[in-house]
Amino acid sequence: MMLITCPWCGPRAHVEFTYGGDATVARPAAPDAVTAEAWLDHVYLRDNPRGPHDEWWQHTSGCRSWIKVRRDTWTHRVHGSGPPEANLGGDEHR
Amino acid sequence: MNRQTHRTERGGRIDRSAPLAFTFDGVRYEGYRGDTLASALLANGVRLAGRSFKYHRPRGIFAAGGEEPNALVRIGEGARAEPNIKATQVELYDGLTARSQNRWPSLELDVGELGNVASWLLPAGFYYKTFMWPGSWWRFYEHFIRKAAGLGRAPVEPDPDHYDRRYAFCDVLVVGGGPAGLMAALTAARSGARVIIADDAPALGDSLLASTASIDGGDPMGFVSRIGEELASCPNLRVLGRTTAFGYYDDNMIVAVERRADHVPAPPAHCPRQRTWWIRAREVVLATGAIERPLPFEDNDLPGVMLASAARTYALRYGVRLAGRAVVFTNNDSAYEAIEPVLDAGTDVIAVVDAREGGPGGDALALLQRFEIELIPGSVVMRAIGRTVEGVEVRSLSSDGASVGDASRRMPCDFVFVSGGWSPTVHLFSQSRGRLRFDEERAAFVPEEGAPRERGGRERSAGAARGLVRLSECLADGIAAGADAARAAGFEAEAEPPCPAVQEWEDCAPVRALWAVPLPSWRHGKRFVDLQNDVTVADIELAVREGYTSVEHLKRYTTLGMGTDQGRTSNVNGLAVLAATLGAGIPAVGTTTFRPPYSPVALGAVAGREVGIDQTPIRRTPMHDWHAARGASFVTVGPWMRAQCYPHPGESMMDAINREARQVRRSAGIVDVSTLGKIEVRGRDAGEFLHRVYINRIRNLRVGRCRYAFMLREDGFVLDDGTVTRIRDDEYYLTTGTGHAAVVMAHLERYAQIVWPDLDVHLTSVTDQWAGAAVAGPRSRDLLAAACDGADVSDAALPFMGCKDATVAGAPVRIIRMTFSGERAFEVHCPADYGVHVWEALLAAGEPFDVMPYGTEALGVLRIEKGHVVPNELDGRTIPADFGFDRMEKDEDFIGRRSLERFRVGGRKRKTFAGLVSENGDAIPRGGHLVWNPTAPRPMRMFGHVTSSCYSPSLERHIALALIEDAADWKGRVLYAASPLTSSFVPVRITDHVFIDPENRRPKG
Ligand SMILES: [Zn+2]
Repeated sequence: MMLITCPWCGPRAHVEFTYGGDATVARPAAPDAVTAEAWLDHVYLRDNPRGPHDEWWQHTSGCRSWIKVRRDTWTHRVHGSGPPEANLGGDEHR
Repeated sequence: MNRQTHRTERGGRIDRSAPLAFTFDGVRYEGYRGDTLASALLANGVRLAGRSFKYHRPRGIFAAGGEEPNALVRIGEGARAEPNIKATQVELYDGLTARSQNRWPSLELDVGELGNVASWLLPAGFYYKTFMWPGSWWRFYEHFIRKAAGLGRAPVEPDPDHYDRRYAFCDVLVVGGGPAGLMAALTAARSGARVIIADDAPALGDSLLASTASIDGGDPMGFVSRIGEELASCPNLRVLGRTTAFGYYDDNMIVAVERRADHVPAPPAHCPRQRTWWIRAREVVLATGAIERPLPFEDNDLPGVMLASAARTYALRYGVRLAGRAVVFTNNDSAYEAIEPVLDAGTDVIAVVDAREGGPGGDALALLQRFEIELIPGSVVMRAIGRTVEGVEVRSLSSDGASVGDASRRMPCDFVFVSGGWSPTVHLFSQSRGRLRFDEERAAFVPEEGAPRERGGRERSAGAARGLVRLSECLADGIAAGADAARAAGFEAEAEPPCPAVQEWEDCAPVRALWAVPLPSWRHGKRFVDLQNDVTVADIELAVREGYTSVEHLKRYTTLGMGTDQGRTSNVNGLAVLAATLGAGIPAVGTTTFRPPYSPVALGAVAGREVGIDQTPIRRTPMHDWHAARGASFVTVGPWMRAQCYPHPGESMMDAINREARQVRRSAGIVDVSTLGKIEVRGRDAGEFLHRVYINRIRNLRVGRCRYAFMLREDGFVLDDGTVTRIRDDEYYLTTGTGHAAVVMAHLERYAQIVWPDLDVHLTSVTDQWAGAAVAGPRSRDLLAAACDGADVSDAALPFMGCKDATVAGAPVRIIRMTFSGERAFEVHCPADYGVHVWEALLAAGEPFDVMPYGTEALGVLRIEKGHVVPNELDGRTIPADFGFDRMEKDEDFIGRRSLERFRVGGRKRKTFAGLVSENGDAIPRGGHLVWNPTAPRPMRMFGHVTSSCYSPSLERHIALALIEDAADWKGRVLYAASPLTSSFVPVRITDHVFIDPENRRPKG
C-alpha cells in the first residue's frame, strides 16, 4: 500500500486518496479558441508512460485537497508531491 | 484411548502434566500441551498422515514447521472445519478433531492409489493435455478429474467466527523470532525505536528451541527465556506471537495474520478468531530463517523419510521417540546435529550416507566415532524400500555427481533422515522486489545485498535468511541488522547488546550440491521434487523435452511449487534439475516470482469486520426513527436508507404507494428529502465559479432565488442535475442527487483547486448539517402558512423558485419553493438536529389540510407522471439536448460545452425523451427495449429503451419514460417494450414525457 505525502497532512496511506488522472494536461483557458483536435486530445487522449509521472490525487479521506504527485508508474515509488501549481521536476508537461 | 507409545521418558518443551485428548480420522489419541498435531501423532506412533495430491500415495510427516508439504489435514467439524492445515502448525488442544485428506474411503485403503499404478496416465502437463482432447470428451472426464483432484474440501456453512483488522506503525519491524530476529529486536528496542517482532509460532525462539549448541554456558532454551523476558519488559516493543507475515507491499506495508484463537476449540466471547495486522514500518529486518531441502531419490516420499532438522526438533522439543533404526542421508554437516538428540530419544542411528567424498568436518566425525556409527562417504541413498520405509538401497556417487556406482548395498531401517542443505526463506524479501543471487559455496539462493532496488524495500535480511548457517554468526548478524535498522530509522543505541558466547561445532566441511540422486537409465522410480504437488524429476525432464524451458512455464506446466506449499522445500531443487536438464547454470535459470500470500490466509481474515451488515456504512436521516415508528418500509438509495412508503395495517405496498401519490395530488403530502446532497459555496467569486460549472446562467441569479441547473462532465455528458439557490451575495446553496453528492463535491473541488485556483471560492459539504422535508400538494401553502409562525408565504412573498428564511415552531428553516411532483411544493430545510421537530410541526400544522407522509415510491410515481428526470435518465450517456434542456445552455464557456459540439456535427442519431403508455394494461418492463415487432428474427432493430416505469394512479394506467430515436416522429404510434429476460412484450403508445399539467400551472399557482 503506497505512502503518499500530502503537502498539508504529511505521509498517508494511498487508500485515503482518490486518483484523479494525468496532471500534465491542463484545461485550455479558452476552449472555444482551440481546434477540435486539441480539445479531443485534452478530453480523451492520455499517454501511458512507464516511469516517473505527474498525477492528480485528491486527499478525499483527509483534507480534501487536490495535490500533484510525482509517482513512478512502474515501481510505485513516489518521488515527490505538492500543491497543484508545484513543479515536481518533470519535463513532460505539455 | 491410545497411549503415547512413542514418547520419551523426559525432556522437550511439552507439559506432561497437561494431557490433551484429540481424534485423528475418528481414532482417539492423547498428547500434551505444547505438542503440535504432528508431534502428537508421532508420539502415538502414527506414521501415515495423508495421501498425496495427484497419485494418492501414502505420505507421512516430513517436516516439523511451516514447510510441511505432506501432512495437510482438515481441522474441526461443520462450519468451523478448515481444510489444508499443516499438522506441524496445529497447536494441540483438548478435543481437537482432525481428518486426513485426499483419500477415499479411508487413509489406509485408498481407491485413488490406482492413480499411482496407472501413473503413466498422469504425466506433467496432464491437465493441459486433457484440455486438448476433443471438447466433448472433457465433459465426461471432468467429473472424475474434479473428484480426484484438488486439495481438501472447504466447509459449505457460513463462518461462525469473526475477524479483526488492525493498523500498526513502528520504526523497526522484525519478522521472525529465531536467533537473528531475537537479537535484532532486542538491539533495536534498546535504541528507543518502536519495535514490533512477529513470529508465527506461539513462543519465540524458533530453531533455538531445538538446538544442541550451548549459549552463555547454558542451554538455548534458557537463553530464549532470558531474552523473552527482556523483550516483554520493553514498553516500546510489541511481540506478536502466532503471527505470520504473509505479504510485503509498497512502501514497507507488511501484512500479517495473527491467529488469536486457533489453539482453542472455539474463540472465547468477543475474541476474533484471527486478526490481520497492516503494519507500516520505517525499517524492516527479515529474520525469516531457512528451510532444509530434501534429497530426491527413488520413492523418497515414503512415510519414514523425514528432514533431519525435523527429526532433531521432534526429539528435542517434543520428546518424540522415532522408534526403530534410522539412516541419515546428507550432503552437509547440519544433519549430524540430529544424531545425538535422536539417539537420546531412543532411535537407533545405524549409518550416515554422506554424498561428500571426504565426509563431514572434524566435529561431526568425532561424534560418529563416539557413538560408533558407520559413515558411508561419497555415496547416496538411491531408493527407499517398502510401503513405509523398511530399508534403503545405497550406492556410491561419481565425483561429477552424474551417475551412481553398480555396487548396491541394502540396509534395513525404519527412517531416513535427509538433509539436502538449506534454502534461506526469501519469500518476503522477493515480494519486496529484492533480487536473489545464487551462492555456489552455500548452494543456495541468498538475498543480493546492496543491489539497486526498483521498488522501496527498506529492509535487510539477517541470519539464516541470508544464508548464514552457524548460530554464532546468526546471533551477531541479528545484532548488526537491528542496530542498522534502528539507525536508519533515526535511533542510535547507546550500547548494543553483547554477542552471546556460543559453543558449537567449529570444524565443519562445506556442503556438496546435490539436487537429485542420479537414476540409472534402466530404472523408472519416482524421485519427488515437490511432495505436495507430486512433481518428480521425470516430470521436469519431460516438460523440458516438450519445450517448457522457462522456469515460470515449468511451474505452471508441472504445478511445481504451487498449492499451499509455494515451493518451500521444492523450489531450489526443482529449478536446479531444470538447469541440469537444460545444461545451463542455476543462475541462468533463475527463480520464479514469489507473490503474496506466503501462506494461505482465511478469507474471513482478509474481509475482517467488513461482512454482512458491516460491509458498508449505512446513513440514516434525522427523521429515520420517526419513519420506522410509523411502520415505514425502507429502501437503500446510495449509502442512505430512505422511507419507501408507509403502509396502513392490512394495506399492500402497491395500495400504499397509490394512496400516497393520490393524496399528494388531492391535498398535501410531506416527504423526507434530507438525503439530497447539499453543498455550501462561498467566496467573492462563488457566482463566477458556479457560472462556469453549470450550463445555466448563474451570474444573474438574484439573492433569494433558486434555479434548476445541470452540470456536465468535460466530455459533455450530464454529471448531475440539482438546484442553485443564492442565499447572499457571496453565498450559494446547492443541492445534488442523493447518490451523487460525493462525486459532485470532488468535481467542484477539482475545478476550484486545480483549474481556477485564482477564483475566491470555498466549498463545504453540508449534507449532514441540514435536514429537509418537501411539502407538496394543492394545500401545501395553507399548511406552510399555518406552520411558519406567521411568516408570509404568499405568491408575492415566496414565488415559484424563490427562497425565504423563516421559523417553524420556533426552529429556523430555509424554505425553497420548487417542485418535483409537479404540484405546488416547498422544500423546508432546517438544521439537522431540528429535523424531527420541524417534521412533526409540519404534520401537526397540516392536519386540517389532510396531510400525510409519503415515501420514495410515491415520490417516484409523481415525478414520472410529471416527466422529471433522475439518474435513470441521467445515466452518464445523455446530454441536456436529449431532454430539451439545451434551452438552458448559455453562450459562454462552461464545463463540457466544447464537447457538446460533436453532437451537433452529425454522427449517430441521439435518443430523445418521450413518454410511454401501456396499451394493454400490463406494466411496462423497466429497462425494456423498444422494438417494432417482437416476433421479428433477431437481432432486430431497437429504437430506444425504457428508463423509468410505474403505475400512474392519476391516469390509472401503466406509464413509463423512455429515450427513443426520432421521438417526435413516433409520437402517437405504438411500439413494443420488449424484455426477453422476463418474457414481457408490452405494446406502448409513444406520448409526450409530461403526463400531468403540461402547461405547468400547478407549481406556480
Ligand atoms: Zn491532506
